[in-house]
Amino acid sequence: MSIEIRNVNKKFGNFTALDDINITVPTGKLTTLLGPSGCGKTTLLRIIAGLEYADSGQILFDELDVTNTPVQKRHIGFMFQHYALFRHKNVADNVGFGLTLLPKNERPSKADIDKRVAELLDLVQLPQVANAYPHQLSGGQRQRIALARALAVKPKLLLLDEPFGALDAKVRKELRTWLKDIHHELGITSIMVTHDQEEARAVSDEIVVMNHGRVEQVGTSEALIHHPANAFVSDFLDLV
Amino acid sequence: MQISNSYDYQSNPATKDTPWVRLTFIIIAVLFMVIMLVVPLLAVFYEAFKGGWELYIASLVDPEALQAIRLTLITAAIVLPINMVMGIAIAWLVTRYHFKGKQLVTTLLDLPFSVSPVVAGLMFVLLFGLNSTIGGWLESMGFQVIYAVPGIILATLFVTFPFVARELIPLMQTQGDSEEQAALTLGATGWQTFWHVTLPNIKWALLYGLILTNARAMGEFGAVSVVSGHIRGETNTMPLLVEIAYNDYNFTAAFALSSLLAALALVTLLIQQIMTKLQDHKFAKSERLISAPELPVSANDTVTESAGKS
Repeated sequence: MSIEIRNVNKKFGNFTALDDINITVPTGKLTTLLGPSGCGKTTLLRIIAGLEYADSGQILFDELDVTNTPVQKRHIGFMFQHYALFRHKNVADNVGFGLTLLPKNERPSKADIDKRVAELLDLVQLPQVANAYPHQLSGGQRQRIALARALAVKPKLLLLDEPFGALDAKVRKELRTWLKDIHHELGITSIMVTHDQEEARAVSDEIVVMNHGRVEQVGTSEALIHHPANAFVSDFLDLV
Repeated sequence: MQISNSYDYQSNPATKDTPWVRLTFIIIAVLFMVIMLVVPLLAVFYEAFKGGWELYIASLVDPEALQAIRLTLITAAIVLPINMVMGIAIAWLVTRYHFKGKQLVTTLLDLPFSVSPVVAGLMFVLLFGLNSTIGGWLESMGFQVIYAVPGIILATLFVTFPFVARELIPLMQTQGDSEEQAALTLGATGWQTFWHVTLPNIKWALLYGLILTNARAMGEFGAVSVVSGHIRGETNTMPLLVEIAYNDYNFTAAFALSSLLAALALVTLLIQQIMTKLQDHKFAKSERLISAPELPVSANDTVTESAGKS
């Protein structure tokens, strides 16, 4: 699914979070919104998700205007920095939750849900924790369960908000390699937010560098390194 | 209390105090508990049963006593659901939205705690009494508030209003709203989110708030006393009848009703204990089911025995 963001503006009181943003995210690619904290990248991601609404501008999914579509109807998967797993549900119920919410005529049978949950736990390589509760898992395991949960409803767009931000350096590196593999396997259009330029370069097909609510440059990791558009980009990417 | 980690216990400097220091503190604590809590509670039951079973039962099935018990239960049954819904709504409002005057709402929430119950009762008399505009109009419509059951319910609602919200607000603040947002992104409607995510997360605090609300609703004296008018056989609740019986030198009846109130309190505490145990049990059970805490991320050999178990 291709995503188009047209002239999006957002203010919080007097603070301009997003200033006339225009981006196109190509189908099947992993695009990263990269920038320092407070640059508006998370706000933009939440507007794409429908968790937040823009003051003006449009969001298009496959040329369809979804600007006023509520989050539930956008069919996205969302990964939060702090996992946001349902603490009172076990892993299997967390992963299957999205499927149990479907209206009766679309909802798979109990057996099919169990099967799909098992497949997803295999995909994230955690088949043995189905009966565990989130607080019994490590951070890395929780984030993998969170991905399984997001993928359960077969979203056409995966949004990741600093997905490795709460993890330690070693697990971070392992997980981002793993995420890249899964992305290649599934080919789902993905947008990830990060402030870590190394992480962005390691996983992204395309990087959107943001600063003060504006887009500074869009391009592949290669293009950004060889032709930084301005001082901010080269400075932020540690090219000096 | 169970010491989970014996090393923590041994390294705690408080455990290295000399025996007589420890003994003194234990004796002071136990004595205080016994004198302040256990003895008075036992005294109530002792006085209630002093005249024997028959007298005890007789004073409870007395029509006036039965009416008071019924009114107390009805009041609690009406107040509890209203304050549950209002408490959840207020806690939701305060923890999930930013708006002007939020601080004022939080402060107002404490008003029923800081205002004397007698004053609270008087407020309702002034507002809904026969000499007031609203009270006079309601009276002309054939609806009496003060010196009648509606007044008792209003006064009880007022004094028990903050309990649920006060329990929920700190919890909902710490938990944050990310789980609710996660549910929304998975396609849940607002109602499904509340039912499947919010409510299970707050249920223990909610239950505790309801236990406090119930205890206060059944036991409230001051505010109810002012609005009830003490009409015998009509507007007396259990605490009011306890006082009346006591002043009439009808000690068996007074203590019988008191013992019933105390027993209701003990039962609610017991229910809370059982539910906490059940919750611990649920987590302990799942704890036994997982063996390996951390697993390699990229290795292909992570399919373990438990995967094939089904």
